[in-house]
Amino acid sequence: MTSILSVTRLELLIARRNMWVATSVILMALFTTVLTLAGGAPSGSLGVEPLTLAVTSITTLSVYLVPLIGLLLSFDAIVGETERGTLALSLTYPLSRGEILLGKFVAHFLVLAVAIGVGLGITVALSIWQAGTTDMTYAPVLKLFITAMALGAAFLGIGYLVSAMVRQTGVASGIVIIVWLVCVVLYDLGLLGALVADNGGTFTKVVFPWLLVANPADAFRLINMPTENLAVLSSGIGAAAAGSDPLHQVFSLLLWPVFALFLAWLAFRKVEP
Amino acid sequence: MSTLVIENVCKTYGEVKSVRGVNLSVEPGERVALLGHNGAGKTTLMRMILGLTPVSSGKITVLGSTPGSRHARTSIGFLPENVAFHGALTARELLRHFARLKGSSNKAVDDLLERVGLSHAMNRKIRTYSKGMRQRVGLAQALLGTPKLALLDEPTSGLDPISRHEFYDLVDDLAKGGTAVLLSSHALTELESRTDRVAIMSAGRLVADAPLPELRTIAHLPIRLHVKTAAQDADTIAASLGGTRMNGQSINLTCQQDEKMALLAKIMALGATVEDVEMRPASLEELYRYYSTEHLQ
Repeated sequence: MTSILSVTRLELLIARRNMWVATSVILMALFTTVLTLAGGAPSGSLGVEPLTLAVTSITTLSVYLVPLIGLLLSFDAIVGETERGTLALSLTYPLSRGEILLGKFVAHFLVLAVAIGVGLGITVALSIWQAGTTDMTYAPVLKLFITAMALGAAFLGIGYLVSAMVRQTGVASGIVIIVWLVCVVLYDLGLLGALVADNGGTFTKVVFPWLLVANPADAFRLINMPTENLAVLSSGIGAAAAGSDPLHQVFSLLLWPVFALFLAWLAFRKVEP
Repeated sequence: MSTLVIENVCKTYGEVKSVRGVNLSVEPGERVALLGHNGAGKTTLMRMILGLTPVSSGKITVLGSTPGSRHARTSIGFLPENVAFHGALTARELLRHFARLKGSSNKAVDDLLERVGLSHAMNRKIRTYSKGMRQRVGLAQALLGTPKLALLDEPTSGLDPISRHEFYDLVDDLAKGGTAVLLSSHALTELESRTDRVAIMSAGRLVADAPLPELRTIAHLPIRLHVKTAAQDADTIAASLGGTRMNGQSINLTCQQDEKMALLAKIMALGATVEDVEMRPASLEELYRYYSTEHLQ
């Protein structure tokens, strides 16, 4: 435990000095501020509670931003240390690879928590400033925070996996950008194409709901979207997703971080520094 | 019990045999120099002792434990060749991290930084350090927690002559405290007086493993004598001793160890005509050349 915390402490220092903390927080703060303020304008006439409106826009944003931050924090974690030659020295200390991985994970998870927490904090503050505290429900914000952390954790794990499988940092950065593009954009486009081709057949009814929740980004989107908004989802697959089981979405978001970290640990065990 | 025991260890990378049947042991308090060309297998051997890479065959034990086990890792201090650290950290932060892993105190870190002469810069980021300063950070971390076995790979590269001297003083202190030291270096002259035993690797094999005087005896390399005389006597003396005359008033001679005393007696018998005698046994460099190349042929 001391070893894990010691690695975490060191990684937090590095993340702070590398400006990763600042970059993540500024990114989240900037986007949430703009979305909350821009989304506040029509709320009066529609009679929709401002926070709900903000949560809907921020969910769409988080699907892109949170995985990106997760991957940026993690892609260098193992391959960077192998390249610099610092991993070999670390491994001569009484410190297991699992402990190194967990230590780094806790640190990066905390960085994510600060970034998402600051972003959502700004949203809540701005919403209260605009509409007061009456009729304000905070549950969707809390749900968004927790699920965004799970989404981030999943992509941290995927980032470590990539980092443990390649020999050069440059290659790792290229791969994580492709992973990001596939998970948050191309995957949905592919599903959409398949839906159109299937035209309401077996694929749409049986396979599609599973494929949808298999992607943590989609599971996250589905959990946080109020049902009435599903039809207007930017990805265009919302209506078909109405049949997806919420329990499956929760499972997907919980299992992905564990599964990705486990795979990363397996790959890390094979790394010879 | 020997601190480090290496028994018939081999390492193969695909077709390449980088270590072939090496036997070596290091006792507590002993300082052993591991010499060899680049690619002779020294670093691979160290990596196997550390458990960073598995042995292909044979066996290594560190204080009775398998390399890479928690007990072995707690007992070893390692300074890698081209030591590298994360530049965003300060020496003190980094060493405190390593100290926590080894169960050492923060006070021990500050003392060590003082000992390696870095206390004035310990709160500066490592990226601002010179190569010599980074090497000192590496050395300090290797000494943390008073290791039972110190593995030092090219420890003095990047250090100036005075720092090298101080470094060997630290090694001596470590060995006096019972630490077994295995160090590799290319700077042969500085090792001569600072190690108890010399092990030489060549093309993956251990071709020599003995204290320096013993290596000299086995190699049978000649001892060089340089006799200085007055100019007018040089020819006579050269004829009587049978050496080569150099620059007017000195004579170069060579002899084997067992002939040395007789030759010295002969020189002394010449009396006042001899002004000075210098004697130089085979240097570590000559022995190294002999064992790593000629010995194989």
